[in-house]
Amino acid sequence: MTSTSTTPASAGLPSANGGGKVATATWTVKAGLAQMLKGGVIMDVVTVEHARIAEEAGACAVMALERVPADIRAAGGVARMSRVELIEQIMEAVTVPVMAKARIGHFVEAQILEAIGVDYIDESEVLTPADDQHHIDKHPFKVPFVCGCRDLGEALRRIAEGAAMIRTKGEAGTGDVVEAVRHMRALWGGIRRLQLTPEEELPAAAKDLGASLALVREVKQLGRLPVVNFSAGGVATPADAALMMQLGADGVFVGSGIFKSDQPERMASAIVRAVTHYRDPQVLAAVSRGIGDPMRGRSAAGLPAEEQLAARGN
Amino acid sequence: MTPRIGVLAMQGAFREHIQRLCAIGIEASEVRTLDELRSCDGLIIPGGESTTIARLLLAFELMEPLRRRIAEGLPVWGTCAGAILLARDVPGLDRPPLGAMDIRVDRNAFGRQLDSFEFDLNVRGIAGGPLHAVFIRAPAITATGPGVEVLAMLADGRVVACRQGALLATAFHPELTADPRLHELFVTIVREAIARRAAEGAAAGATA
Repeated sequence: MTSTSTTPASAGLPSANGGGKVATATWTVKAGLAQMLKGGVIMDVVTVEHARIAEEAGACAVMALERVPADIRAAGGVARMSRVELIEQIMEAVTVPVMAKARIGHFVEAQILEAIGVDYIDESEVLTPADDQHHIDKHPFKVPFVCGCRDLGEALRRIAEGAAMIRTKGEAGTGDVVEAVRHMRALWGGIRRLQLTPEEELPAAAKDLGASLALVREVKQLGRLPVVNFSAGGVATPADAALMMQLGADGVFVGSGIFKSDQPERMASAIVRAVTHYRDPQVLAAVSRGIGDPMRGRSAAGLPAEEQLAARGN
Repeated sequence: MTPRIGVLAMQGAFREHIQRLCAIGIEASEVRTLDELRSCDGLIIPGGESTTIARLLLAFELMEPLRRRIAEGLPVWGTCAGAILLARDVPGLDRPPLGAMDIRVDRNAFGRQLDSFEFDLNVRGIAGGPLHAVFIRAPAITATGPGVEVLAMLADGRVVACRQGALLATAFHPELTADPRLHELFVTIVREAIARRAAEGAAAGATA
């Protein structure tokens, strides 16, 4: 083979040979990475070793965190952006995209995450909110954002603020899928209602949703969100993951469900397989064998109001 | 006859490829099983995470059957992660997944997501002006063997589109734009392969 170039990757972007200009951080590029993650599993990892296990099991991205949500719940106190060194070590250790969480409204944590070059920022209710009124204005950032939602209106508000990817919130750290199901059904229910709404009623619908008319019209036309939507918060087994896919998720986030299970490697790999073959019960049965016990979990219905993370941010 | 094109649906942007193919009137379907792999005349390996797609191909025992079908002449187009899967040499990977094309592909060759970009690219054999190309954490083709035709190159000499027989590799994502020209090129490659197979079949029939 002949080498086509000796230029190192760090030499910067090439000049266009089609006469156009090189454009970075465009909407296409930001939303495009989420499109590449579809059909995949994004796993929470708290160490380099976890990150390697996740990548080896087939995670399409990892979320670098100090503690998984179940431990954040147990620890109490204020949950903040993870330590910069930890995130950087994980970025060094794997070739898949690395995401990291900033507190809701904490735009400086987001600026720091952009400065270290994470691939996606999750403005997350799992961390203690820094602003109880406003989310981050995500448009000026070069790094794309994913945000949580419980229904269509919340999703569209986050997209209007610049989120390039959405995840339904569920209830993180419980291992109980009921809230994930509720939020996914609410989201799709909202989309289906819009599809049946006549044009002249769209302004009122937008007002009810607390969302922009332009986005409401786009959703009606597309029959789905204009960005990729994953499921999060409570997925603990391959069956849970396939359930969320059958309910209309483009992929799943698994937080505590992997590294709080009996056999993380097997559980991780089984969930990845379940997401690919989410409609095939034979495969789902096969991957559900020999994976040990899932995380013990905690019923989301029994959580006192102050421990319900999904209620943070609206 | 209308060629049946499969899009490998282990993980990644398979839906976008299917939509692009439907838009040009081509029957396209998701490929997850051996039967689905057997029944397609051409296969697209979409963008996604190359390590994830490779893992899943091994887990579902599709890697060897796919390698065999490629050896038998199945046209395959790899975009981004798909190009990595097709390459014979991928620095950092001990075992390149399919090893079908005589190319070296560097993963994340332009950096992380912050360095993802889009721009207009001239592609050899594609008439009608440059293509708008979207590069997301993209790989680059940094070496090509003698049988490989370079279709598009950046100013620094790195190759971002090339063809070797019925195999096509692009470092960017034509499925993320509405421009159908590369999908049309692949359909042409698939039609040629079908015609060649039919001619060989007829020749074999005549000698028998």
